[in-house]
Amino acid sequence: MDSSTALVLNAIIAGLLLGGFYAALSVGISISFGMLDVVNIAHPAFIILGSYIAYIVNDRMGVDPILVSIVVSPLFFALGMLLYRIYYLCFEKRGQESLRGLAFFFGILFITEVALILIFGVDYRLVQTAYSGTTWRLGPVDFPMRLVVPFLVSVTMVVGVQLFLTHTFFGRAVLAVAQDQLALRLMGVNPTRVKGLAFALSIATAGVAGAFLIVIQPVQPAVGREFIGLVFAVCVLGGMGSIWGTLLGAFVLGLAESFTSTFFGPSWAPAVSFGLLLAALAFKPSGLLGR
Amino acid sequence: MNRLARWFSGGLIAFSLALTASVHAQQPLKIGFGMSLTGPLAGNGKAALISMQIWAEDVNAKGGLLGRKIELVYYEDQTNPSTVPSIYNKLLDVDKVDIVVSGYGTNVIAPAMPIMMQRNMVFMSLFGLNVNSKFNYDRYFQIMPAGPEPAVDWSRGFFDVATSLNPKPQTVALVGADAEYPALALEGARANVKRAGLKIVYDKSYPPNTVDFSPIVRAIQATNPDIVFLASYPPDSAGMVRAVNEVGLKTRIFGGGLVGPQFASLRTQLGSLLNGIVNYESYTPEVAAKYPFLDQFLAKYQGRAIKEGVDPLGFYLPPYAYAMMQVLEQAIKATGGLDQAKLADYMHAYEFDTFVGKVRFAKNGEWSVPRMLTVQYHSVAGNDLEQWMKPGKVTVLYPASYATGTVKAPYQDNRK
Repeated sequence: MDSSTALVLNAIIAGLLLGGFYAALSVGISISFGMLDVVNIAHPAFIILGSYIAYIVNDRMGVDPILVSIVVSPLFFALGMLLYRIYYLCFEKRGQESLRGLAFFFGILFITEVALILIFGVDYRLVQTAYSGTTWRLGPVDFPMRLVVPFLVSVTMVVGVQLFLTHTFFGRAVLAVAQDQLALRLMGVNPTRVKGLAFALSIATAGVAGAFLIVIQPVQPAVGREFIGLVFAVCVLGGMGSIWGTLLGAFVLGLAESFTSTFFGPSWAPAVSFGLLLAALAFKPSGLLGR
Repeated sequence: MNRLARWFSGGLIAFSLALTASVHAQQPLKIGFGMSLTGPLAGNGKAALISMQIWAEDVNAKGGLLGRKIELVYYEDQTNPSTVPSIYNKLLDVDKVDIVVSGYGTNVIAPAMPIMMQRNMVFMSLFGLNVNSKFNYDRYFQIMPAGPEPAVDWSRGFFDVATSLNPKPQTVALVGADAEYPALALEGARANVKRAGLKIVYDKSYPPNTVDFSPIVRAIQATNPDIVFLASYPPDSAGMVRAVNEVGLKTRIFGGGLVGPQFASLRTQLGSLLNGIVNYESYTPEVAAKYPFLDQFLAKYQGRAIKEGVDPLGFYLPPYAYAMMQVLEQAIKATGGLDQAKLADYMHAYEFDTFVGKVRFAKNGEWSVPRMLTVQYHSVAGNDLEQWMKPGKVTVLYPASYATGTVKAPYQDNRK
């Protein structure tokens, strides 16, 4: 196999692995912003909170950070329920959710960041796992476990969320909320409760994604801001509210970034990624798999 | 009666003047600055602040400066250059500080420069790379030991070490983040490449929020360079080092301008992945004998840093933050006041004795002689911090007067 074929194959694998990670970061936004119309700009702050919880347990007890994130995901779920309740009572119920709600989530973002700074300081944190330094090699193609493990858990989580939304009563209620709240109310279902549970699910996915992040790169309290643009871009590219679309959008951006970095220079990666987003929206404004 | 009234009036005036002088003498000497306490550079910002606070306490314990207690007046700049001008305007106009110094890093020093020039203030800065090259301000001084040509001197040691290999390397790959410091470091690296007669086979930058660096490392490997020079900030330093190890980069020398391995957090987190990398350091225990008074400062600093959750080693920036204040202290004492012109003239003319050694400034305010160390990490095992506290994990390669050994190449043979 010549070196250019090996570069192409490695670029594909690296793009898919990166896309899997991006999907985990974005699936929560796809639920809250895409389905519930809640512009949760604080989503990355909960990702960073997940990173720090995974870090502290890993540091003190040596437990795998991703396992920690799965175990503590009910706590994130409960936090999401509480947060939505406050948001609903203070803004949504009064019909002030658009601008004031956005300010509310900005506030949550800053409060979370400052709380993390006060508790953990401002130094970068990173975890070491049993698989961090391992790379599987299949011919000329590399599979770094630091990215493979988050990829596998991420895809499992995203597929799980999709199956949950399409094969359970509650999941269908969430999809119904996204389409017509009034019709749902007429069917005897409380849309506020459904939205609360769905929002909680989105925060739970952020907690798990946080563990992926700290496995992949060092984290400090303000690093979440770097992902705000990315998570919304993935959500819009894939199609608002479409979980499969989020997965596809994440893979497209991951592959675009990987190919651009390999063959044209990494500084072009954001331009190519967002160029693709603009092109997709020009030809299909509802996103790749949006309705 | 008239005479008595005159005596009384004169006495009253003299008493008032003495009282005013006494009140003035008791007013604190205010030193103002912005500092990054949140944001990407907050780790260093907080470490620098601790050092400056230790200096202020040390000076106040000895009775202050010019008979006045030191008061540090500082504001958080969020590592955001756009906040810097308003901070320094407030410090000068509202807080009426007597002296200003910079926060940490090139991107928050540069925005303060126009204000300093407008107000004719002496501006002592902390680890800004080549900031004055555009401004040519004669009252700018800089404590980082980068040398009179900072951009070029910054990587001079790395390229001098690399080109000392036999046979001499021929090709070089240059890579760095799309940010102020890496851009300046790469600019200097290109000058050194030209000087050394090397051929550039890869010269690209990457966005600071890059997550996966393996495509970049593979693209570099495809060009098969003899030398790979990297200029990066801590998160991308970690990402690149991990990707280099995962991909199995084969080159003779790798490193140069990585910010991050100087600090405890990345040292403990990357551990043995640092082996074989050639990088810069401003201090390392291997050359402790050259810094005889630094131990007492580091002992004070390390105790506080652990409580504050910042770099517990404190080798890189904190000694220089303290030294920056020592320079000002000595200049103020020697000139006997706060006249900015006299201070600047004195700082240009004389040598200063600090915890980081003798400091003399060149015409452009940089160190007259470069003294950044070029080192190679080796024998790092595990992730404990203790191993870094004592000599044994670092070989100093450059400058020659500080060298403790020679470089080991190729990189891939020294990685583990």
